[in-house]
Amino acid sequence: MAARSPRLRQAAAPYALLLPSALFLLALLGWPVISAIGQAFTGAHGGTENWRQMVAEPQFWTSVRNTSLLVVVLIPLQFSLAVAMALLLRERLRARGFYFYVWTVPLAVSDLAAGLVWLSIFTGNGYLNSALGWFGVHPVDWLSYQNTSTMFLAVLVAELWRATSLVMIILVAGMQMIPRDYDEAAQVFGASFWQRLRHVTLPLMRPSIQVALILRTILAFQAFAAAQALTGTQFPLLIGQTYLWFVGLNDPHVASAVALVVLGVSMVTAIGYLFMLRQPRGAGGGAR
Amino acid sequence: MAEIRLRNLVKVYPGQQNPATDNVSLDVADGEFLVLLGPSGCGKTTLLRMVAGLELPTEGQVVIGNRDVTYLPPRDRRLSMVFQSYAVFPHKRVRDNIGFGLAMRHVPGDQIRAKVAWAADLLRLTDYLDRYPSQLSGGQRQRVAVARAIVVDADVLLMDEPLSNLDALLRLSFRAELKKLVGELGTTTLYVTHDQTEAMTLGDRVAVMRGGHLQQVGPPKELYNDPVNLFVAGFIGSPAMNFVSARIEDGKLRLPFGDVPIEGRLKERLAESNGSHRDVIAGVRPEHFEDARFAPEIERPLKFRVNVDVVEEMGSELYAFFSVKAGQVHARDLEELEEDAGAAALGHGSGETVAVARLSSESDARAGTQTELVLDTDKITVFAPDGRNLMRAES
Amino acid sequence: MTADAPPRPPAVAAGPLPPVNRRPLRRRRLVRAARQAAAILVTLFMGVPVYLITLSAFSTRAELNRFPKALWPRGVSAGTMRAFLGSTGVVPSFVNSIEVGLTTLLVSLLIGAPAGYAIARYAFRGHDAYQVFLLVTRSLPVVVLSIPLATMFLRLGIYDSVVAVALVHAALALPTTVLITASVFISVPAELEEAALIFGGTRFAAFRKVVLPLSIPGVAASSIFTFVLSWNEVLAAAILTLNNRTLPAQVLTSLPYSPIEYRFAGGFAMVVPSLLFILIMRRYLTNMWGATIR
Repeated sequence: MAARSPRLRQAAAPYALLLPSALFLLALLGWPVISAIGQAFTGAHGGTENWRQMVAEPQFWTSVRNTSLLVVVLIPLQFSLAVAMALLLRERLRARGFYFYVWTVPLAVSDLAAGLVWLSIFTGNGYLNSALGWFGVHPVDWLSYQNTSTMFLAVLVAELWRATSLVMIILVAGMQMIPRDYDEAAQVFGASFWQRLRHVTLPLMRPSIQVALILRTILAFQAFAAAQALTGTQFPLLIGQTYLWFVGLNDPHVASAVALVVLGVSMVTAIGYLFMLRQPRGAGGGAR
Repeated sequence: MAEIRLRNLVKVYPGQQNPATDNVSLDVADGEFLVLLGPSGCGKTTLLRMVAGLELPTEGQVVIGNRDVTYLPPRDRRLSMVFQSYAVFPHKRVRDNIGFGLAMRHVPGDQIRAKVAWAADLLRLTDYLDRYPSQLSGGQRQRVAVARAIVVDADVLLMDEPLSNLDALLRLSFRAELKKLVGELGTTTLYVTHDQTEAMTLGDRVAVMRGGHLQQVGPPKELYNDPVNLFVAGFIGSPAMNFVSARIEDGKLRLPFGDVPIEGRLKERLAESNGSHRDVIAGVRPEHFEDARFAPEIERPLKFRVNVDVVEEMGSELYAFFSVKAGQVHARDLEELEEDAGAAALGHGSGETVAVARLSSESDARAGTQTELVLDTDKITVFAPDGRNLMRAES
Repeated sequence: MTADAPPRPPAVAAGPLPPVNRRPLRRRRLVRAARQAAAILVTLFMGVPVYLITLSAFSTRAELNRFPKALWPRGVSAGTMRAFLGSTGVVPSFVNSIEVGLTTLLVSLLIGAPAGYAIARYAFRGHDAYQVFLLVTRSLPVVVLSIPLATMFLRLGIYDSVVAVALVHAALALPTTVLITASVFISVPAELEEAALIFGGTRFAAFRKVVLPLSIPGVAASSIFTFVLSWNEVLAAAILTLNNRTLPAQVLTSLPYSPIEYRFAGGFAMVVPSLLFILIMRRYLTNMWGATIR
């Protein structure tokens, strides 16, 4: 022991500090992923049977359609709204602190709670129909299984309400790191508001947009509880299917197969974003 | 091309008591290079930003080329600007940075290419057009910022301390280049700096600001030779002007170095206060002292011996620091300058004031020795205790 | 102007000044009003649902069944909330949620803070690789993990326990904990710590006496964040428990057969902590997210 030089101890120190966290993550995240892959390809009926069952389940393709529709419509809407919110916060509006507080509250609201909150609005005798009633509009059965489009709308609004804050806060953090000079230079050199947004603000926010897009899309593929709270199982989503297979039908093998579909799609999307938003060599880095 | 007319500009930032600029009126002629000079916080940048439209005045008017632009957004003012931080877009290639202003105004592509090539050639950036700013040095980035500013067809060119982020050597060479470039372009230019050397070398005229007020506007030489007050006198010139307390008594100016009869230029300019005896502050620039052995022909010299404390050899000349038995000069102007400069140049001591003389390099003045100096008394400037220059030709 | 002849005549622009054009000001005021209106609109979208769930949770059952409903308090009563809190499993699930949250916080700090310190203070091979590893783990869907873990926990005999849920939550929170604590430690100047070392302390003593006190606020912020993550997590909690539900898991699993007022009360009970959380944290929010994107 005495022979160990201080230099070696120094070199080993960071690894010793990292080791617990690495082991912990491998045990609780790494191993389960491998195990899930294993489970998806084994079981009483053998590997391919799980996948056949998954696909044969009548709700599966509906849930695929619903999930992708949700992601495709939600993400652009959410980003437009979040960019607008971040830009509004950049202007020194009166009551800016209050706005910021209200706009970030959903950040800490779970998707289940968000679903229940919007349930009070969209439910048959809820607040939306009450408000419409004042204008003489007949109540609409927003959450009925016959109205797929209004169900989708309700889930979309709930997700928009709950998760836009997250995108906004990442964009605001990114925006704060951009020196104001760039925007002022663009103003002086004749750029209009839209030109500034397109040529200066958004490109400079590329790193934070990238993070927000990846994070947010992966989470959107995992949307589940809000739809569950609003529609029960009337509007199936992929994660709801895994939950159903595992809890309802008690089949971890097929459940794992569905989960792997989500994982695969998330990974492909994340890589797609990284590829789409990659920076040209040498760009960025700023004035450092 | 256009002249700039600023009228009674007041800017009060929300939540602040003192205005950043207070009733400033200033004219910049067509094609003129005017430098706004002053210590930090004097309002010079605020004034520039009001011309740019990045800040709106609380009161007053901004006119560019006979067009009122007071409340116009920056993009409608036909300006271009060089920023202190360069503000060169990191995500655009040099080419697109330079052409930015043209592209935003939907100038056809071939015209943009031609103008970019012209500016790049002028600023020696041709080899770097396809690089990103992160692949350039600080000096090159500054060139890109200047190129971007000159390609647009602007009425007015604004520069906000464009050289302050460059290292000393680069600053010097780029200063000369900038002067030549702007001179050839002939664009009306408003240039902000806190560096008096920069102001003196670049400006056709210099406007000195302090605490939101204009102090004096004039050609560099006039500011140097005929400053309106202690502040301007002390701010301009390096090493700074020496200030000693003095008295006017019996037709003489009693300096700590000796008595000077009020004759010649002193008499001409000081006419109104002749005879009455009163306390004043005398200002002497370091170069108006000389080693008595190397003094040129001077009409009205004052010779005196001093104990030299410190000598700084500059090669072409030397600075001799000596103590003068005279009370410290107290004036608000000087206190402000000291705050800005960190006191060094102006000298302080109990009952003694440190003065600097700029002597010929052949002088053998050495620290700890006595040397005879001669002072050109026609060059003395006399200030009232409130800082006013008593010798200024009234306009 | 002066006695010395200037090299160039000072600017004397000919002619009277043009009148001040105030039209741009009007436009500017309009734009500002539009911005303010947009901000108010967004605020209504974000704020009104919170108001409505509160209203629902404190309305009488008769009021909840009425149509059309009033958008202002009418028939206020704590009965709905009382009924919710009195239903089977709700109070224990509250307790479980708090226990899981605190355990999660403790585990993730104990494991994550040293890693954050290593990232902040040492330059070592694998520094960047470790950060990429963290980002990858953060992107794994919770279900993928939960199902195999359920099997594993069953085997280990800790299925349906506070510890099981807390372990998963800690793993989910760990990447963020590491990144946030790293940014906290970076903001404590290394020089201070080195000074403590020079004056004859051990590295650990220097950490305890210098770094720890200075980093407490930031670490507290990250702890609250971890707690909220755990408080809100539904899916893993629902899969890994049967009788010892956390609050969200309890509400989720009883959704299919619960009356509507139970759902509103449950929604409100879950929203209240987030209102408090954001109120406490709003000043740290952007910094924390700024830290995680770098």
